[in-house]
Amino acid sequence: MIINHPILGPRDSSEFVYLGDATLLKRPDWQAEDAAEQFYDYLHTRDNPAGLHRELWYHEQGDRSWLVVTRDTVTHEITKVELARDVARTGGSA
Amino acid sequence: MHDLAPLHALGGAEARIDTVAGVTLTENMGLALASVSARKGQETACRAHLGELLEGSAPEPGKTVLHDPEASFWMAPDQWMVGAPFGTHEDLAAQLKARFCETASITEQTDAWVCFDMRGDGIEAVMQLCANIDIERMQTGDAVRTVIHYMGVYVLRRDPANWLRILGSRSSAGSLHHALVTAMKAAL
Amino acid sequence: MSQVNRLDGGLIDRSETYSFRFDSTYHKGHKGDTLASALLANGVRLMGRSFKYHRPRGPMTAGSEEPNAIVELREGARKEPNTRATTAELYDGLRAASQNRWPSLAFDAMEINDLLSNFFAAGFYYKTFMWPAAFWEKVYEPIIRRAAGLGSLSSQDDPDDYDKGFLHCDLLIIGGGPAGLAAALTAGESGARVILCDEDFLIGGRLNFETYDVGGQSGAAWAAETVARLQTMPNVRVMPRTTVIGAFDHGIYGAVERVSDHLPVPQEGKPRQILWRITSTRAILCAGATERPIVFENNDRPGIMQASAIRAYANRWAVTPAQQVAIFTNNDDGHRTASDLVSKGVEVVSVIDTRQDALISTDYDVIAGGVIDQTWGRLGLKQIEVKMPKGGIRRIKCGALGVSGGWNPNVHLTCHQRGRPVWDEALSAFVPGGALPPGMTVAGAANGVFSTHGALNSGAETAKAALSDLGMTSKAPTLPDAEDTPVRITPFWHVKSAKRAWVDQQNDVTAKDIKLAHQENFRSVEHLKRYTTLGMATDQGKTSNVAGLAIMAEVAGKAIPEVGTTMFRPPYAPTAMGVFAGRAWGKDVRPTRLTPSHKWAEEQGAVFTESGLWLRAQWYPKAGETHWRESCDREVLQTRKSVGVCDVTSLGKIDVQGADAATFLNLVYCNGMAKIPVGKVRYGLMLREDGFVMDDGTAARLAEDHFVVTTTTANAVGVYRHMEFVRQCLCPDMDVQLISTTEAWAQFAVAGPNSRALLRKIVDPGVDLSNDAFPFMACAEVTICGGLRARLFRISFSGELAYEIAVPTRYGDALIRRLMTAGEEFDVVPYGLEALNVMRIEKGHVTANELNGTTTALNLGMGRMVSKTKDSIGSVLSERPGMNEEDALKLVGLKPVDLSNNVPAGAHLLTKGAKVTATNDQGYVTSACYSPNLGHHIALGFLKSGDSRIGEVIRLVSPLTGVDHEVEVVSAHFLDPEGERLRA
Repeated sequence: MIINHPILGPRDSSEFVYLGDATLLKRPDWQAEDAAEQFYDYLHTRDNPAGLHRELWYHEQGDRSWLVVTRDTVTHEITKVELARDVARTGGSA
Repeated sequence: MHDLAPLHALGGAEARIDTVAGVTLTENMGLALASVSARKGQETACRAHLGELLEGSAPEPGKTVLHDPEASFWMAPDQWMVGAPFGTHEDLAAQLKARFCETASITEQTDAWVCFDMRGDGIEAVMQLCANIDIERMQTGDAVRTVIHYMGVYVLRRDPANWLRILGSRSSAGSLHHALVTAMKAAL
Repeated sequence: MSQVNRLDGGLIDRSETYSFRFDSTYHKGHKGDTLASALLANGVRLMGRSFKYHRPRGPMTAGSEEPNAIVELREGARKEPNTRATTAELYDGLRAASQNRWPSLAFDAMEINDLLSNFFAAGFYYKTFMWPAAFWEKVYEPIIRRAAGLGSLSSQDDPDDYDKGFLHCDLLIIGGGPAGLAAALTAGESGARVILCDEDFLIGGRLNFETYDVGGQSGAAWAAETVARLQTMPNVRVMPRTTVIGAFDHGIYGAVERVSDHLPVPQEGKPRQILWRITSTRAILCAGATERPIVFENNDRPGIMQASAIRAYANRWAVTPAQQVAIFTNNDDGHRTASDLVSKGVEVVSVIDTRQDALISTDYDVIAGGVIDQTWGRLGLKQIEVKMPKGGIRRIKCGALGVSGGWNPNVHLTCHQRGRPVWDEALSAFVPGGALPPGMTVAGAANGVFSTHGALNSGAETAKAALSDLGMTSKAPTLPDAEDTPVRITPFWHVKSAKRAWVDQQNDVTAKDIKLAHQENFRSVEHLKRYTTLGMATDQGKTSNVAGLAIMAEVAGKAIPEVGTTMFRPPYAPTAMGVFAGRAWGKDVRPTRLTPSHKWAEEQGAVFTESGLWLRAQWYPKAGETHWRESCDREVLQTRKSVGVCDVTSLGKIDVQGADAATFLNLVYCNGMAKIPVGKVRYGLMLREDGFVMDDGTAARLAEDHFVVTTTTANAVGVYRHMEFVRQCLCPDMDVQLISTTEAWAQFAVAGPNSRALLRKIVDPGVDLSNDAFPFMACAEVTICGGLRARLFRISFSGELAYEIAVPTRYGDALIRRLMTAGEEFDVVPYGLEALNVMRIEKGHVTANELNGTTTALNLGMGRMVSKTKDSIGSVLSERPGMNEEDALKLVGLKPVDLSNNVPAGAHLLTKGAKVTATNDQGYVTSACYSPNLGHHIALGFLKSGDSRIGEVIRLVSPLTGVDHEVEVVSAHFLDPEGERLRA
């Protein structure tokens, strides 16, 4: 696969490390009333779509940027790639 | 002056030089390195300092600025590597800290890396057996982070263009050297 | 009888004669021959034995689709089984052997399987060898493996090298026939970066096999001229002997270049093959087409071949498999073979055309509406029997029979992702369909365009479209005139009366087997394939799949597209395992990392061990020491008595800077990090978000906004990655900068009561090392040896008064030498990983054995470190009830009751008297060693409620190693529990 890095352009996926669902950007408030349930969902509850999926990839053998990659799990088509830092700044959803 | 003798990354007292069919690979110990990371909110000021140092502008993503005595390449968003001759700049990190002050975090990187200079007309064929980079499209001044046989490296294309500088982890210098020389023999 | 079947002409170089050996016979051939063409030239048709029935077989094709002529190539360690004689390029001195026969190719004892064929029908093995189950592995499988097999391995290491390489282009053209050459010319002249791959050593595809004119010259001459022109273009890379084996995501293609297979031995330093990973924006598949068989009785005898293969052998290699040749066809193309053979002087005894409206020729006899009923000739074809259209039988003597059942486009690479071929009624063939790999288009015969003119145009037009996609303008090259014969075919798949008629010759699947599959309800394509093994051999059914589908369709009374479609996966052609390994084998399977003191340690005769990628000194044997324990015990005792030095460079070091560095570390570590004073170090525990321990280390505050944190050797990469995740994804607005400095500094632990005295001789006089000025957990940037910048940390893993000192890596070698000479007066010892481990177990310090991914801070006795007054990764979920049960595992020390016993790591702990069952399990031993200070074995382990069971005697069991004795639960701190030594 090739990931179109927003800064560096197309890069081979072998340079990246996959983490998982981009919902990991939305870390709950530790002081929330139901923090335990929220953290449980945050860590374990996942959609498993046959289609577009937003996921975190780390450009470990590159510029060390964490990226949010929108990938079709059926075709592997990648429709969008963003810097996770930018997505995180807007609250984890783009 | 301290009296501790340096050891080359490949374990010799002298730099290792290998030549295969007109392409030369030289271990280069003469490089001082330091990373420059812009502090939050100081990105513009940091770039300005770097530009001033390089008598131009800070390197853009994927680029080096080849300048003497200091040169620089882009590492990551708001992060650059600065290199200079070791003989005159062993204290490069301290020099940069004095220049950048609170606009950047400076980290000494000199001995984190082994530096190889590969020069000659067959370097593209050699790199095609080493790393998944589009070496044919790389021009003088381009810098890319890539992987050679599972080892993370920076590949910089210098002037003239038949000169590549390859920076790899110092601890695996022997494995990287083996990979490069093997590829030279296979490709040339 | 040398080269009896060699004809005139051809594209071989007769000035170069090669001698080669097949089995025990020597033959002669020429440069440009394949092994198959050279053997045929020498009158050899029999080249192998079939997989299951050991039927005598000869080549069926002239290319990589070959199912039968499979041989062992070369000898000794370079022997390669299961290679196709039809693609093996001849060289002087080549050695090849037939396979799957005993004692000889002409007399094979296992041919008895053929007589027993009624018992060996599809599904035979599944049905027969089911019972008793225990017999399968011990009796049935070895017998079957011996009888049914391909070639044998040399069982030696492959002496040759394989490389992996990486290429990038705008346009990859797969196949160098007329379509591929026209495409390459179009794209090359437009300036696009083009790679043209062809599996053959002579590029040109069918142009090299045919006789018709292309632009007033032979097709082969036009191909050679075009290749030469392409080779002068700097933007075009022409790659012969290169098979594209797979189409992967996003325009990535795998290709195997056979660099040295045509040489007796690869040149010095050169690989035998290269696996290229080609990244291409666009690709054009010009893979051509494969002629398919007609299935009839005994259609597998040596000499029965694709008609197009006979034509190829005659035209390109100037070879005929026999002097009398017959043709069996259902389409006009079969006649082309007949006329080419006639013009080469080969006697065409008859053309049997299944069509009533067959072409009529004056050059050869045509039997319109005839079919072949039977063939004769045990080791090679001697005679055919034709069922005449108006009844009756005609027997015709011939040594070869060319069979033409029509052409199948080579759609394989279009299927490697989501493409599914579709049936073209006019061509009676599957053509590319469905979702092709993104960026791929198909031209020429691979797309069902079979004429030369059509292929040339299709190649050029497809290239133009691809270039326009890439935003490039293209000039249309002037294409030569060429034949434009339409396809005329009347489908005819098999002779229905046949009993032993072969569909898949490599896997010995007959038409009867397919009928049996239908009868037993294995009717879907995938079931048919698995039940009969149709198309599952090394050729992936290139010649057999469509015929198999057609027969299934007929039996099921369906149309072919209703039965299903063929499916292909990478690799397109059989690929040597070595090329997938590349250079990554033996010690090159991964990089080796050396510590700064490695050279010195080698000089000391140190024994090294792998620690991740690092090679670390395990112990330093002294003269006379014969057992590692002797060295280790000495190193431990001497360190605790005086002073020892250990290279600890491999621990991960991360530079953390920025105004928010402290706040950031407070989030990353579960314990408080924000308030560490400058000049101090703190132990830190890092949790995963699920509350389990990720790693531990130290954080040294060098300035308000500057920390250096350490990680364990094993987790250095993972922790850095995690910290970048926290920085970029969880706190993107903090002022924090990270960079690894693991490699930049050589770091040595200097431990023992004399460590301060030793360092006093190294560190420059201006630095006050007194306990008051530089107490336990202090850190500072200092200078040593007259001005070298260094970092000094007063931290202790051994439990002794200890320091870690770091200098720029290039000086690490000199520093350890200096420490050793300066330490002579203290009898300083270097110590290795074994001694380091013993000392940390004696002290009760944890390492990767305890931080094993299943343990919590509570388990480690550090539960109170998890701060409840701040947010940190893992703190919320560490409070989950299941992780905080009253009888949770706790870290304890263990000591054998009988002090002569050992306490092996991995052993389990049970309450005294409890039966050895999983439910009675109370914990396990994580780290164990012999303590030279205590004089007996000790261990660390996790025990349920262990902290409240100090003094209890429990049972230690390791059923695997036969250990079962009593141990006493003690404090994990065997030595100096109050920590007086390290604060001294």
